[in-house]
Amino acid sequence: MANELPKVPVVIVGMGWAGGIIASELTKAGIEVVGLERGKERKTSDYYMVHDELRYALRYEMMKDLSKETLTFRNTEKMRALPMRTYGTFLDGTGVGGAGSHWNGQNYRFLPYDFEIASKTVEKYGKNKIPDGMALQDWGITYDELEPYYDKYEKMAGISGEEVPIYGKRSAPYPTKPMLKTPVLEMFEKATKKLGYNPYMVPSANLSENYTNPDGIARGACQYCAFCERFGCEYGAKADPIVTVLPVAEKTGKLDLRTHANVIEILHDGNKASGVRYVNPVTREEFIQPADVVVLSSYVFNNVKLLLASNLGKAYDSKTGQGVIGKNYAYQITGESSLGFFKDKFNLYAGAGALGMEIPEYTGDNFDHTDLDFIHGAGIRMFQYGNRPISNNFVPDGTATWGKEFKQTSIKYANSWLKVAVQGASMPWRTNYLDLDPTYKDTYGVPLLRMTYDYTEQDHNLTKYMAKQTAPIMEEMGAEIIETTGSLEPLDVAPYINTHNTGGVIMGEDPATSAVNSYLQMWDAENVFVAGASAFPHNSSFNPTGTLGALSYRSAEGIEKYLKNGGSLV
Amino acid sequence: MANEEKDSKISRRKFVKNSGYVAGGVVGGGLLGSLLGVNFKGSEQTSTAPVKEAKFNQALMYFTRQADFKTLGAATERIFPEDDNGPGALALGVPYFIDHQLAGSYGRNDQEYMQGPFHDGTAFQGLQSPLKRHEIFMQGIRALEKESQSDFNDSFTSLEGEQQDKILQKFEDDKVKLKGVKASEFFDLLRSATLAGAYSDPLYGGNEDMAGWKMKEYPGSQMSYINEIEEEDFVEMKPSALHEHL
Ligand SMILES: Cc1cc2nc3c(=O)[nH]c(=O)nc-3n(C[C@H](O)[C@H](O)[C@H](O)COP(=O)(O)OP(=O)(O)OC[C@H]3O[C@@H](n4cnc5c(N)ncnc54)[C@H](O)[C@@H]3O)c2cc1C
Ligand code: SF4
Repeated sequence: MANELPKVPVVIVGMGWAGGIIASELTKAGIEVVGLERGKERKTSDYYMVHDELRYALRYEMMKDLSKETLTFRNTEKMRALPMRTYGTFLDGTGVGGAGSHWNGQNYRFLPYDFEIASKTVEKYGKNKIPDGMALQDWGITYDELEPYYDKYEKMAGISGEEVPIYGKRSAPYPTKPMLKTPVLEMFEKATKKLGYNPYMVPSANLSENYTNPDGIARGACQYCAFCERFGCEYGAKADPIVTVLPVAEKTGKLDLRTHANVIEILHDGNKASGVRYVNPVTREEFIQPADVVVLSSYVFNNVKLLLASNLGKAYDSKTGQGVIGKNYAYQITGESSLGFFKDKFNLYAGAGALGMEIPEYTGDNFDHTDLDFIHGAGIRMFQYGNRPISNNFVPDGTATWGKEFKQTSIKYANSWLKVAVQGASMPWRTNYLDLDPTYKDTYGVPLLRMTYDYTEQDHNLTKYMAKQTAPIMEEMGAEIIETTGSLEPLDVAPYINTHNTGGVIMGEDPATSAVNSYLQMWDAENVFVAGASAFPHNSSFNPTGTLGALSYRSAEGIEKYLKNGGSLV
Repeated sequence: MANEEKDSKISRRKFVKNSGYVAGGVVGGGLLGSLLGVNFKGSEQTSTAPVKEAKFNQALMYFTRQADFKTLGAATERIFPEDDNGPGALALGVPYFIDHQLAGSYGRNDQEYMQGPFHDGTAFQGLQSPLKRHEIFMQGIRALEKESQSDFNDSFTSLEGEQQDKILQKFEDDKVKLKGVKASEFFDLLRSATLAGAYSDPLYGGNEDMAGWKMKEYPGSQMSYINEIEEEDFVEMKPSALHEHL
């Protein structure tokens, strides 16, 4: 029997960036919020033993426990979907802070082009530029409308960066200066400049200098400790909800944050939600939390899963193209790069999650696509994360993968390889979507989410084109051996790629083709807000968090308005 | 050096003398031999190596048969052999690392989705075996021995290095049949666990004396690189392990 708790104004499901931002904004406005988080509590003091590659990077100390919940995967509808039993292409976060505790902190804005991609493509290249099956749509918001929220988010997090003239206009400079330019980044800079590009330091949520944000939160500068992505930052230098938005919310006394609270159902009557049902994964006690407003911020996957499992909103049907929940699932195209092996040794054991440079010339529609067989583009970039030894075993092609030769060569190049990589935009397709698995269930008996996803012609063409641009940069940098990869295999769920999953509960102007409006308010249930990259109708070439952070600020504003006036916000 | 060698001989003799089991003939030479191998590994392998203090965590928490443990050790040494750069898997303690990992949540797949039904997937659907990692290792190690017996009529641990490689290659190439898992999947686990043992923090029983890190000139778990991050020249640092952070 579920234990029914007293009603509250707002219940938020998931305490990562999206949930943390909304909790902080609402509680600052004096609104009582219950935050439900399936994982455990986390503090900076939990990070003192964090420089442990095995525990954190290989055994996924901070990630979701797959024995409780995973997703099933297939490349096409013709295949049987099978559970992702071990990690894993993507690593979902769990615990207070969510993936925002163990992200890299590469923090971008999307381009003005992204928000109006369908209209701009038709306007410039004609209707035929959008191939059959590509579910391209505008976002229902423009860059200029979202800009103030980007600004707010960046000031909260203290993003370190430098302006890029061909990107969207900024109302204010970055709050902190760019990260330090290391010798290998200088090599990239010199090479790309010589080739006529305008490289810039990647905007970073690893603070370049000490910073106090508008909420009064003071944090120290990054130490380039090289245990960043997949790890928590013991210095609080990396922007993480637990050192930014959550302490602010807690200080108001208005946030009731409950850990070990795994939501399994949204309770509703078809038009309006009345609350959520959750289970304590440790004690297995069940609770009902009634609320005036339900906010889902449980990451892309569980935002979709909870809606489908609770039968709220119209499920997407790939046969007819009708329905919205689960539609426009997109990812990131990253199959192309040039790996260079050098004679020199660099201090590559040092680094940070967002320490890198990129060229802007091949992003969005910043280059002419008239004669190209793809739309959108990619960032061509080089990072210095800090090479950790278990995973740092790169050897030139043709080298044995174990034994004497492997050992010798992997040690020889341990501090002497660099990679010019590509991060490409991912377009939505009718055949790429999320729904519920008919067979497999999570530990609470709820069906697992099923992902049907594969790369398309667009992705292969983009990959080939971008790979060609990486090799000259590596040559210019003076590598002794250069290996360029320019082809995509089908998406493989085994090796890590990145956790840039998007779509499934997308925003837009039309309830027939989108699930939420530009405040992330559900068309079909006005007191339900669904925050996260699940709202992206497609994925740009830039990492998602800056944009989902901005949208969360806008959503918080919408929720406040809704609590006052009710009704649809648009 | 001379002194250390002497010490090692003394302690070895002392061990034999103190070992009531041997004197009483209760246990055969197998146990004695392997205990000597375990406790005095350094002195047996290279007579000039210094003897270290007893390493109480160099004992088995997963394997029950020493033969299996030795097969594992021999296989890891072929994957990561001793060479001019420095120690191989055996001297780094990799077999102990793997033994200890198999006894814990890694070996028992505590954090993996292990609910059925189980089906073979495509090459893009990840590991789908119903077996837990410790079961895969156990089966794989026994199969290494079996292949060795059938191909070379000898135990895996007695083969020449090149012969051992031939056997391992058969696993990597899926030329051996295992139950519920592919031989190549076992081989991949073995390879990745060997590398993890060579390079993880010594707290886990491998990377002895941080020697794995030293080969890669990897400084371990330093707190900050703010002073090195802009240096043009390679900065060598004395490595540091988590032990120092307590
Ligand atoms: C290793 C790594 C590196 C990354 N690097 C970058 C980067 O450099 N730049 C970038 O932009 N992005 C990066 N990302 C992605 C980034 O972390 C995410 O985009 C971002 O953190 C998502 O925030 P979120 O709030 O939407 O979701 P999350 O942070 O995943 O938060 C969701 C929360 O909801 C909880 N939850 C889920 N289901 C339930 C439920 N049923 N009941 C209760 N609680 C639930 C989860 O436990 C989690 O805490 C990275 C991700 C990873 C894993
Ligand atoms: S690299 Fe910088 S931001 Fe990242 S964990 Fe280390 S100190 Fe923190």
